[in-house]
Amino acid sequence: MKITLFVPCFVDLMFPNVGISMVKVLERLGHQVDCPEAVACCGQPAYNSGYWEEARVVAGQTLKTLEASEAVVIGSGSCGAMLKVFYPELFAGTPLADSARRLSGKCFEFSDFLVNRLGVTDVGARFPAKVTFHDGCHGLRELGTHDQPRRLLTQVRELALLEMPDKTCCGFGGTFAAKFPMISTAMGEVRCAAAAGTGAEYIVSNDSSCLMHLQGLLDRQGSKMKTIHLAEILAQS
Amino acid sequence: MSAPSGQFKTQARQLSADLRHRSIIQTALGKYEAVRDKTRDAFQDWQAARQAAAQIKWDAVNHLDQYLLQFVSNLETRGTKVHWASTGDQAKEIILRIIADKKAKCIVKSKAMTSEEVHLNEALAHAGFEVVESDLGEFIVQLRREAPYHIVFPAMHLTRGEISDVFARELGSAPTDNPEELTMIARRVLRHKYIEADIGFTGANFAVAETGMISITENEGNARLTAALPPTMVTLLGIEKILPRFEDLALFLPMLATMGTGQPLTCYNSFYSGPRQPGESDGPTEYHVILLDNRRTVLLADPEQRDALHCIRCGACLNVCPIFKNVGGHTYGTTYSGPIGSVLTPHLRGLQDWKHLSYASSLCGACTQTCPVKIDLHHHLLQNRRNASRQKPSFGERLAYRFFAFVVNRPAVYRLAKQLGRCLQPLHTLVKGGPLDPARAWTRTRELPRIAPKTFKEYWRERQPRV
Repeated sequence: MKITLFVPCFVDLMFPNVGISMVKVLERLGHQVDCPEAVACCGQPAYNSGYWEEARVVAGQTLKTLEASEAVVIGSGSCGAMLKVFYPELFAGTPLADSARRLSGKCFEFSDFLVNRLGVTDVGARFPAKVTFHDGCHGLRELGTHDQPRRLLTQVRELALLEMPDKTCCGFGGTFAAKFPMISTAMGEVRCAAAAGTGAEYIVSNDSSCLMHLQGLLDRQGSKMKTIHLAEILAQS
Repeated sequence: MSAPSGQFKTQARQLSADLRHRSIIQTALGKYEAVRDKTRDAFQDWQAARQAAAQIKWDAVNHLDQYLLQFVSNLETRGTKVHWASTGDQAKEIILRIIADKKAKCIVKSKAMTSEEVHLNEALAHAGFEVVESDLGEFIVQLRREAPYHIVFPAMHLTRGEISDVFARELGSAPTDNPEELTMIARRVLRHKYIEADIGFTGANFAVAETGMISITENEGNARLTAALPPTMVTLLGIEKILPRFEDLALFLPMLATMGTGQPLTCYNSFYSGPRQPGESDGPTEYHVILLDNRRTVLLADPEQRDALHCIRCGACLNVCPIFKNVGGHTYGTTYSGPIGSVLTPHLRGLQDWKHLSYASSLCGACTQTCPVKIDLHHHLLQNRRNASRQKPSFGERLAYRFFAFVVNRPAVYRLAKQLGRCLQPLHTLVKGGPLDPARAWTRTRELPRIAPKTFKEYWRERQPRV
C-alpha cells in the first residue's frame, strides 16, 4: 500500500526519530511511504485557541496536499484527531467541506493503522524494558484508540507493560501549557508520579506532545525515567 | 485581562502548587471514583442509560415551553403559587415579598445552587433576616462565610480539624475529631431552627411536568424537615430542571445518585406538589415555586450548546476534571465550577469576562466521557474559545497565527526558519527561565526539547533520489 505519512511540525523539528521509526516499521511491513514537503502542520494551535480563520490557512494546505492520498498515517493522536475529527467541523460550510470529510475517512493514527487497517500486532520488535503506556487524551477520547497500542506492545519481545491506575491527562493541552503553566505543571507532576508508581523505566505513548511535556518535567525533576514513542519501540529489533 | 480572569490566574497559580490541597482533593475524589465505578457497574448497560437520559433531557429542553406550562398548571391545581423570575434580582424580590407578606424573620434552607447563583443569602442577610443552611456541608461553609467548594460536596476541601475549629469558634462547641460528634453539634443547632423558622426554602433536583412535582434528593433528611416544619415553603429552581414524565425519575434518581456520590440511590427522595391539602394533618400551609430563567433562555437559543441545559448538577464532570482537581472549586469564582461551570458561566455572566475558563482546559475530554446526560462539554469549551476570539480577537495572538501560517505554508521559508532557530538555540541557554526568555512559561518548570541536528524533513529530503 502507498502510505502518506503525516509528520507533525514539532515531531519534524524536535523528535525526528519518531518519524524515521514509523518509516522503518511501515517499510519493513512491505509498504511504500511518502511524506510530502508541503505538509507542515495540522493547524491545531490556532484552531484550539479559537482562531479558526487562521487555522484554515494552514489546515487548508495540508488538506489539499493530502486529499489524493490512499491512506494518511499520523504518529500523534492529537494531530490525528485534528485531521480526522476536527477538519470536517473546521471546514463545514466552506468549499473544502467535502474534501475534509473524504480525508477524514482515510486518516489513521499509527497504532490504529497497524492493528485495524493492516491487521498486524507483531512487528518483530524487541525492547527489553519495563514500560507504562500513557494514553494521549485526543487519541483515547476523540479517536477511541485504547487497545491498539497495548496489543502492539504486548507482542514486543522482552517488554513488560505495567499499567497506571487511571487515564488522566498529562497536562500538556497545546497552548494551555503556556497559558496556564502552573496548572499544566501540576497535572504533569501528578501524571509523572502515577507513572513512577508502576516501577516502569519508560513512559510510552502514541503522542509525542504528551511525551514532550512529561520528559520536560522528568528532566527538571532529575528523574531517571525516560519517555519514548510507540513507533521508536516498534522499530527496535 | 478581565478581573475574574486575573483572580482565577492568581488563585490557580497558588493552589496548583499547594501540595496539601492537592492531596486532600485527590484523596477524596479517589475514594469517590472507586464507589462510583462499583455502583455504575450495577447498571445493566450504562451507555444505554446515558443515551436514554440524554434523549429525555433533549425532549424536555427542546419542548420546554410546553412542559413548563404543564408543570405550572399541575402545581396550581393543587394550590401552589407559581412565580416566574427572568433574572436573579427578580427572584430575590419575589422571595423578599413573600417574606414580607408572611412577616417572617427566620428562614431555614436546604441545599440549592440556584440560591447561590442569585446570591440569595447575602440579599436576605442584608435585608435583616436570619438565614440558616441546613445541609451539613452548606452549614459549615456558611459558618466560614465561604461559597460552596463543590456543587455536591460544599465542604470537601475541609478537614475534620478545620470543621471542629469553625464549630468551636462560631457555636462554642468543644473541639472534636469525631465525625459523628461533629454532626451532632450541627444537628443540635439545626433542630431548633426548623421549629423556629417561618419559611422553609429549598431547591429542586427535578421538576416533573406530568404530575407537577418537585423532586428533592438528599442524604441528611434536612430537606424534608425544611419542607415539612415551617408554615410556608418556597422552592427556587432553574427552568431546565424539567423532566417530562414521572417514570423518567426511575432513570434519573439512580443516575444522579450514582454519579453524584456513588450511591445506588440517596437516602431520601421526596416529592412536593403543593401545600397541605384539605384533610391532611401536616406540611406547609402555603407553597411557592419560583421558576428562574437568569439567561438560561440565552443558552436555549444557541443550538450548538443547548445541550448544556441537560445538566442535572451531579458534579461528575468536576470529579474527573484534572483542572478542578488541581485548582479547586473556589478558584473558579463562579457558582458552577469545573467543566460545566466553564461552559455555562460565559452564557450566564458574559463571554468576555469568563472566557478564560474555557481556555483553562487541556481539552482532555474526561468530562464529556463521564457526563451521564452526554453534554459535549469539552467541545463546547472549544466553541466558547472560537466565539470569544471572533467577537474580540487578540491582536498579538492573531498576528502570531498569521505569521506562523505564512511561514509553514512556504517550504523554502520554513526550511530557513528552522535553520535560523537552530542557530539561535544556543543563545536561549543564556536567558533560559529568566525574564528575557520568550519560552519562560514553559521553562520555569520544564525543560524544553532542542531542535534536532537533522529534522525529519531534512532526513527525508536526503533519502529521496536526486532528480
